[in-house]
Amino acid sequence: MSNLQTLDPPAAAATEGPGAARSVPARRRLPRTAGRARRRNSRAAFILPGAVLVLVVAWALLPGVFAPADPIAGNAAVALSPPSAEHWFGTDATGRDVFSRVVHGSIHSLSGALLAVTVGLVVGSTLGIIAGSAGRIVDDVIMRVVDVLLAIPSLLLSLSVIILLGFGTLQAALAVGVASIAAFARLARSEVVRVRRSDYVEAAFGSGATFFQVLRRHILPNSTTAVLALAALQFGTAILAISTLGFLGYGAPPPTPEWGLMVAEGRDYLATAWWLTTLPGLVVVAVVLSANRISALIGRNQ
Amino acid sequence: MSAAQAASTGTALVRVRDLSVTYQGTSGAVPAVRQVSFDVEPGAAVALVGESGSGKTTTVQTLLGLLAHNGQRTGGQVVFDGADITGWSGKQLRAALGKRIGYVPQDPNNSLNPVRRVGDNLAEVLRIHKWGDRAAIRARVVDLLDRVGIPEPELRARQYPHELSGGMKQRVLIAGAIALEPELIIADEATSALDVTVQRRVLDLLDELRAELGTAILLVTHDLAVAADRADDVVVLKDGAVQEAGPTATVLSHPEHPYTQQLLRDAPAFAVDAPAPAAAPTASGRPDVVQVSDLVKEFSLGRRRERFRAVDGVSFTIPEGTTHALVGESGSGKTTTARMVLGFEQPTSGAVTVARQRVDGKRGRAWRDLRASMQMVYQNPFSSLDPRQSIEEILTEPLRNFSLASGADLTRRVREQMDQVALPAAMLDRRPAELSGGQRQRVAIARALILRPQVVVLDEPVSALDVTVQAQVLELLSTLQQELGVTYLFISHDLAVVRRLAHTVSVLQHGRVVESGPVHRVFTDPREPYTQELIAAIPGQGRAAVRT
Amino acid sequence: MHYLLSRLGQAATVLLVAFTAAFLLLQAMPADALMIRFESPELGLSPDQIAELRIAYGVDAPLHVQYWHSLSGVLRGDLGYSIESGTAVSTILADALPRTLTLAGLSLVLAVLVAFAIAFAASLSRFTWLRSALRAAPSLFVSVPVFWLGIVLIQIFSFRLGWVPVINPGPVEGLILPVLTLAVPISAPLAQVLVRSMDAVSLQPFVVVTRAKGASELWTQWHAVLRNAVLPTMTMAGVLFGELIAGAVVTETVFARAGIGRITEQAVRTQDIPVLQGVVLMAAAVFVAINLTVDLLYPRVDPRLRGKVAATR
Repeated sequence: MSNLQTLDPPAAAATEGPGAARSVPARRRLPRTAGRARRRNSRAAFILPGAVLVLVVAWALLPGVFAPADPIAGNAAVALSPPSAEHWFGTDATGRDVFSRVVHGSIHSLSGALLAVTVGLVVGSTLGIIAGSAGRIVDDVIMRVVDVLLAIPSLLLSLSVIILLGFGTLQAALAVGVASIAAFARLARSEVVRVRRSDYVEAAFGSGATFFQVLRRHILPNSTTAVLALAALQFGTAILAISTLGFLGYGAPPPTPEWGLMVAEGRDYLATAWWLTTLPGLVVVAVVLSANRISALIGRNQ
Repeated sequence: MSAAQAASTGTALVRVRDLSVTYQGTSGAVPAVRQVSFDVEPGAAVALVGESGSGKTTTVQTLLGLLAHNGQRTGGQVVFDGADITGWSGKQLRAALGKRIGYVPQDPNNSLNPVRRVGDNLAEVLRIHKWGDRAAIRARVVDLLDRVGIPEPELRARQYPHELSGGMKQRVLIAGAIALEPELIIADEATSALDVTVQRRVLDLLDELRAELGTAILLVTHDLAVAADRADDVVVLKDGAVQEAGPTATVLSHPEHPYTQQLLRDAPAFAVDAPAPAAAPTASGRPDVVQVSDLVKEFSLGRRRERFRAVDGVSFTIPEGTTHALVGESGSGKTTTARMVLGFEQPTSGAVTVARQRVDGKRGRAWRDLRASMQMVYQNPFSSLDPRQSIEEILTEPLRNFSLASGADLTRRVREQMDQVALPAAMLDRRPAELSGGQRQRVAIARALILRPQVVVLDEPVSALDVTVQAQVLELLSTLQQELGVTYLFISHDLAVVRRLAHTVSVLQHGRVVESGPVHRVFTDPREPYTQELIAAIPGQGRAAVRT
Repeated sequence: MHYLLSRLGQAATVLLVAFTAAFLLLQAMPADALMIRFESPELGLSPDQIAELRIAYGVDAPLHVQYWHSLSGVLRGDLGYSIESGTAVSTILADALPRTLTLAGLSLVLAVLVAFAIAFAASLSRFTWLRSALRAAPSLFVSVPVFWLGIVLIQIFSFRLGWVPVINPGPVEGLILPVLTLAVPISAPLAQVLVRSMDAVSLQPFVVVTRAKGASELWTQWHAVLRNAVLPTMTMAGVLFGELIAGAVVTETVFARAGIGRITEQAVRTQDIPVLQGVVLMAAAVFVAINLTVDLLYPRVDPRLRGKVAATR
């Protein structure tokens, strides 16, 4: 859309004339071991967010182990009881255990986010790689389509998909995935273009490699880190977006224990039962924050 | 600071004593400066000379109180005009910076605030120190620009930094450093990024200002030749420690420390009396392996603008097994010419023949087949090797592209090639990031040679390397030429380096060949004024004068 | 001039493609879904009346005729009629716009102030712990679901502390919590970009030169860093607009406020396609206009781009 991403010094060669500068040898402040130490340090930083994600994945795979209580059938006798040793997150109006519902709900959020990211990653990166590698006309056509996708705020784009496909968990996931295509396409293209301009790619062509050899050996491997970092980021964003759609009532129907839907259902008891809205929401925050942290760490290690 | 101590500092303007600095890395403390001591007398020029990692920049940052957050002074003092500034508060230090100590940075192109006008950039130091009112500042800015030799100072003050050339920007920065007539100017690699003729003029300006204002200058440089020309005293640093220090003339004529001796030997500028490239073969009897005739490359600058000729009728030939150098300053068209020789750019007109094959106009398969006979070594070994490949993958790639070897044969050829560039085979499974700059450049040379090409284009192959590493790589290139009979096209801005490797040379200016011929003849008897100017600008020639 | 024209052309192309995509998607709906409602027996329309409606809505016309009809309508500001209420979509949007603009405008101002305060304090504070806390805050806030934030704010400020009434609040009181809720998802990414860009600019040689001239930290940040650091945030204007729209949908739903967001939410609930289409086209138009403005303004703020633009003129 905007030309602003290409902020390299404009027409530097033309305006500078004589006396333009050459690059001065880069300075190394720290010895080479520092890089290794930084890697070790960042591995430690992975631990907490990684543990949160591993726990949530375990919830999704083996909900019964973590929360034996039934997420759907309630016990009216204990309705609306606050958090306690027995009911960690309290119970809702029909006496269902909220913690159990959160644990059983993780599969909806995680699989939905996974599907959404897969759609965005596969479709978006493919478009981006084609745009970045093919000729100008293909590039222009693809990027204009991407511009259109970018021009529509992502929630509205998701809602447009939902209004066409109808409500449901799968539809919501697809809707969120479609909304992330443009971001993946733009990043993948800019990475491909960046790597393509590098000296080592020219050197590879110079040593007789064909275009597809260069693409496979140099361009794709060197573009993936940034795209993976975006995928991790989009995973968090997708969980956020899916819970928002669930909250608005466009996702899974009741009594599915979907996180956003649970918050929406808890709104009727705001004054009396704070745990119904607060605790499921906190779980969403923890998961999204962890995914974002991991994305940032992947990006930094690049 | 007691009176007795102050008295003991004598007349020196700056007195650095046993200065030690460490950086706190994640893997522990790394000493960067160890017990460095030197003096700068009022009005004197002192050079801190060292290669990358020698601690010269850290020393200067400590002087300026601008050490990075993870850096810490662990011992020693810096006494400025009788006061130990290491004990100063931030406020005390800020009062002196800019006013009593001026600073000229390394990279003029990024050292002026790009969104403010040149005049505002220059006025900043006056405003910080509350010098005069608005009108006085405006007048002073124009005076200063005029003083540092910038034509049309009033116009220039209203322009933005990107509208000025690199040399011009460095003049503006110097004007900022002298604006409040400081007692000391610290010039941190102030001319390393500039073309050689521009460098000379900027250094001349600093000398003039020193004479006129009586300002002392601390010159930080990697270039011993610059120090030789401009400094009264030199301090040679390596690994954070002083190796040798003393009056320039003494240190250069009787270097005592082995490292200084090595620096002197390796600095290309001092190699006037070094042997010319091995056994310059006579051109006669050897076939020309590269023929370039009347090469022209035009670029269009926007629509409806006149076209700009980057290369304008360049012709030369290179006899087999010899080295031809293309020499020129930035914008002279030397790199564009080299890229056309390789077929990376298509000429607007003219012809290139390499090993009896036409290069221009070739595409696809035919273009690819030519790669086996010509290769390139890039300036920056940090960007020309794929960071994700191992050294082995980097070296096998060309062989795989041409299906020249496989299995055990492939391994053998890669190992042989490593041996040839004097790298241990154990390095094969490392990645480029684990190698030093010189090692990386050896890998790049190995990659270029593994296909046994007849011609290798060397695009500034040593200008990103330290002086001692430069010498080793040049030596290697020269040895390989003798062993393999390969022909080099050598691109360089550095005339001193050219003298070491090339047999013949073409001097380029504004896309045209100004002068060409055997290197020895061009250097000893330059006929064109531009060549004469270039050669005169090579630093290190004042050394003879110092000696006597 | 040439640059301006080509940018305008590019913007128009994006909008035209957006419109065409929306139009085609509508056509892809099974068995002209628009008409299903009129055929419902509850309305008691006779087959003749339905046939008239079909002609009035142009449903049976060839595709390209419908396309031109619809396109020229959009260009005249006619966005069709709501299926649910039969009101013109343009009227619905125009009625709802002022309330949403008030909410979004106030939130934007608050968000920008907060983002700058965070970024500035994070670079200037003497205390390391405060600096790292301020740096961590935006990444925490981008992870918070807006709907949940609104609910938590109601819980704290209305039910616990009783500061802001939830039932029948005054016009000003009623804005406090929604504005707070909407400001967070705007300020967090803005602060993130600003902090990151201030960090990057601080490492630039010209900042070192300013420090070496004896400038104080405040002077350095204000004169040397800030203006250069703000440049990248300008390119975020379009993205922030998207966040505002998304935030408005959620915020207006949580606080039961009338506005564009509420209309969008109801349109999806009732599958009122023309209304959602109207909102989407309007949003795309505003987004394109914002980016066009930013692109044209950018060279004014960054002198390095002036030559570039002039060269293509």
